Amino acid sequence: MPVNKRLILAHLWLAFAGFAVALLLGEWQMLVRSPLHAWIGDPEWYYRSVTAHGTTMAYVLPTLIAMGLGYFIAETSLERPLIGVRWAWIGYALAVIGTVMAVIPVALGRASVLYTFYPPLIASPFYYIGIVLVVVGSWIWVLLLSLNLYSWKRANRGKTVPLPMFMITAGSYLWAWTAVGAALELLFQIIPVSLGLVNTIDAGLARVFFSWTLHAIVYFWLIPTYLAYYTIVPRAIGGRLFSDPMGRVAFALFLVVAMPIGIHHLFEDPEIGAGFKYLHSAFTAVVALPTLMTVFTICASVEIAGRLRGGKGWLGWIGALPWRNPMMLAVAFSFVMLGFGGAGGLINMSYQLDVTVHNTQWITGHFHLIFGGAIVIMYFAWAYDIWPHLTGRALDCDGLIRLQLWSWFVGMLILTFPWHLVGIFGMPRRMAFYDFTDPEIARQAVSVMISVVGGAIVLLSGLLFVIILLIGHRAAAVVPPAYRYSIALHPPQRMPAVLNGFGLWVALMLALTIVNYGFPIANLLSVAGSPVPAVRVGDVK
Amino acid sequence: MTTREWLQDRWVTASVAITAAFAVAAILLGFVILPLLQGNRLYANLWDAICSAAGVLTRSVQTAIVPPREPVTKVVLTPTMMQPADADAIGRGATLAQNCTTCHGARGLSPADAPNLAGQYPFFLYKELKDFQSGARVSGVMQPLVDRLSDRDLRDLAAYYAYLPRLPAAHAGEQRPSIVIYGAPLRGIAPCGACHGALDYKLGSAWLEEQPEAYLHAQLANFAKGERHNDIEGVMRNIARQMTADEIAAAAQYYANTPPP
Repeated sequence: MPVNKRLILAHLWLAFAGFAVALLLGEWQMLVRSPLHAWIGDPEWYYRSVTAHGTTMAYVLPTLIAMGLGYFIAETSLERPLIGVRWAWIGYALAVIGTVMAVIPVALGRASVLYTFYPPLIASPFYYIGIVLVVVGSWIWVLLLSLNLYSWKRANRGKTVPLPMFMITAGSYLWAWTAVGAALELLFQIIPVSLGLVNTIDAGLARVFFSWTLHAIVYFWLIPTYLAYYTIVPRAIGGRLFSDPMGRVAFALFLVVAMPIGIHHLFEDPEIGAGFKYLHSAFTAVVALPTLMTVFTICASVEIAGRLRGGKGWLGWIGALPWRNPMMLAVAFSFVMLGFGGAGGLINMSYQLDVTVHNTQWITGHFHLIFGGAIVIMYFAWAYDIWPHLTGRALDCDGLIRLQLWSWFVGMLILTFPWHLVGIFGMPRRMAFYDFTDPEIARQAVSVMISVVGGAIVLLSGLLFVIILLIGHRAAAVVPPAYRYSIALHPPQRMPAVLNGFGLWVALMLALTIVNYGFPIANLLSVAGSPVPAVRVGDVK
Repeated sequence: MTTREWLQDRWVTASVAITAAFAVAAILLGFVILPLLQGNRLYANLWDAICSAAGVLTRSVQTAIVPPREPVTKVVLTPTMMQPADADAIGRGATLAQNCTTCHGARGLSPADAPNLAGQYPFFLYKELKDFQSGARVSGVMQPLVDRLSDRDLRDLAAYYAYLPRLPAAHAGEQRPSIVIYGAPLRGIAPCGACHGALDYKLGSAWLEEQPEAYLHAQLANFAKGERHNDIEGVMRNIARQMTADEIAAAAQYYANTPPP
């Protein structure tokens, strides 16, 4: 049972409150740049909104979800209270202060640089320092997870670390290392310029540092989702996890190869040599492996549930699955979106194919489908599953939950499929205004309008999610049974030492970082005269 | 586990070996085999190919630098290049500005379709004066006037005119032309207002409000023809070339704030 329920709820509520506001902004952006709305006249408002939306969705939401779930998993899977609760609250306070500190300059129009920073654009220092505080708060979480894990290991020598704890700790190490890239960019490049100590910035180097963070952060977002696949779904639908070690291998692979592949975000950047682009492209192909292994393991686990429920034959088990169970719906929807999004991702990671979609709306469609779709729908699933254990109240509204999951899924498809399409037509991203009266792009208007409708469905679904959680706080009190995770078909008896710890995987991650990033960074640092003048946003007009 | 146990663990050796083999294969392909297969003789030898794949900056054997046909600006703008003006600088600038009043007016407001300088951004004033001196901006009138002025003189002049009160931009209730607030994205034209005020201001851009219509019109036309070429990186030449005659007229009329005919 979770002991520090208020700590976990505080994290999750901050995440979901920010999520609801950011969702509203997202739909507003879709609307005002579509043909359904007259142009707002000032692109600054648009970029201000995009910055708030991206900063909240990419930094605040997933970081706080991972932190809150991390504490929940530490307490429930290790079956003992969290060590270092006071430090956890300090980490939370840093995240709150950082969020407020970052959001205020964004709201004032002093930080419309988008969440990816885009130097030489330079925002108010409060924006960057706020983000640094959120990250520092999350690093406290990383340390606490380690501390709790190793304390448990000392007390349980020879025992296998529970799978959920192994996975969330792997995710936390991935995050700790991947955040270093953006931290270097912020602390050594951007913040000095923002404070007025320097007036020029090496934008190419900054992009390399950000790419260090930018891809692995996506896998950090994905960790709670994959955790749900492995450790909740089989239990919730009455099956068994097909393989426990397979899950560990998948997460170990994420740790090793999710990070040294970020230069595939810089395929069109001239400051990187083609050899390194190829190298990163090759390793990006490897990162598909743990996902394919996961798809296999989870499909097998779900099949076990179908057969246990009496399903027969090659495909008969599919009909026998508990399709009215919200967790069954969530995982099915998530897999469909992961399938389409993953297929799109294979296009993005291919050096040559990427040229056709680079900087188009295809990319925005892609990451909304993967993150907003496949990943976030499992955040919902997590919340629904653990809410009674946190509130001590029943969450008896399966009908509403099913409606919420269905509408999120359908809304996401309606939102993102046309979005991909206009990208292939060549519609650029990061633009505030599109002149749909021009015959050259007039045919894209219909697709864009369909996306707006999809966005509206997603918005309503997101608000319904928050309402369901609020209902959960006011429902009848219950005493929930002890929280359980999936049981493996063959519970691990003896685990190889490398799959019960992280030493090997962290060492490989660091080694690949040096091989894949060492030279490009050293090379750019050695080029004289590459910094360019900073462009400060929101200066007095 | 001790170090010895680590090194004897089959998982460790296998994982390290697979990772290393994959990395070596990818490096060989990306840095040696694929560049050599290109076959377009870009590289003098194998080492050249490896350096290029690694992103080492070298001058390509096939390209020569094409110098610009006409003199371009040598001014590098930074946010701190113009120190805050003190009263002395403004006073000296006012004295020097006695030479300018014939065209630019006694208080920086021109009665003669020359640009209004009152309240203009000091960065812009300084840059233009420097460009007249260097010949990057050509004017038979301005060139001899600024020829003998020192760098400090130019800064003082900029400080003085920046200090004078500018005419207010009065566009009450008027619909802004699309070129000013939308630009023309399909022709790569950013909105005028994104740099020149109305929407946003970018360092080095001019304050255009209440400038004489004839002057604005002529400058846009000169940029379009390439006769004016002191814009940094050709930004205004590229924009003006893509603008239609109607858009040029609309932008000039809007900023000059002349009532529509």
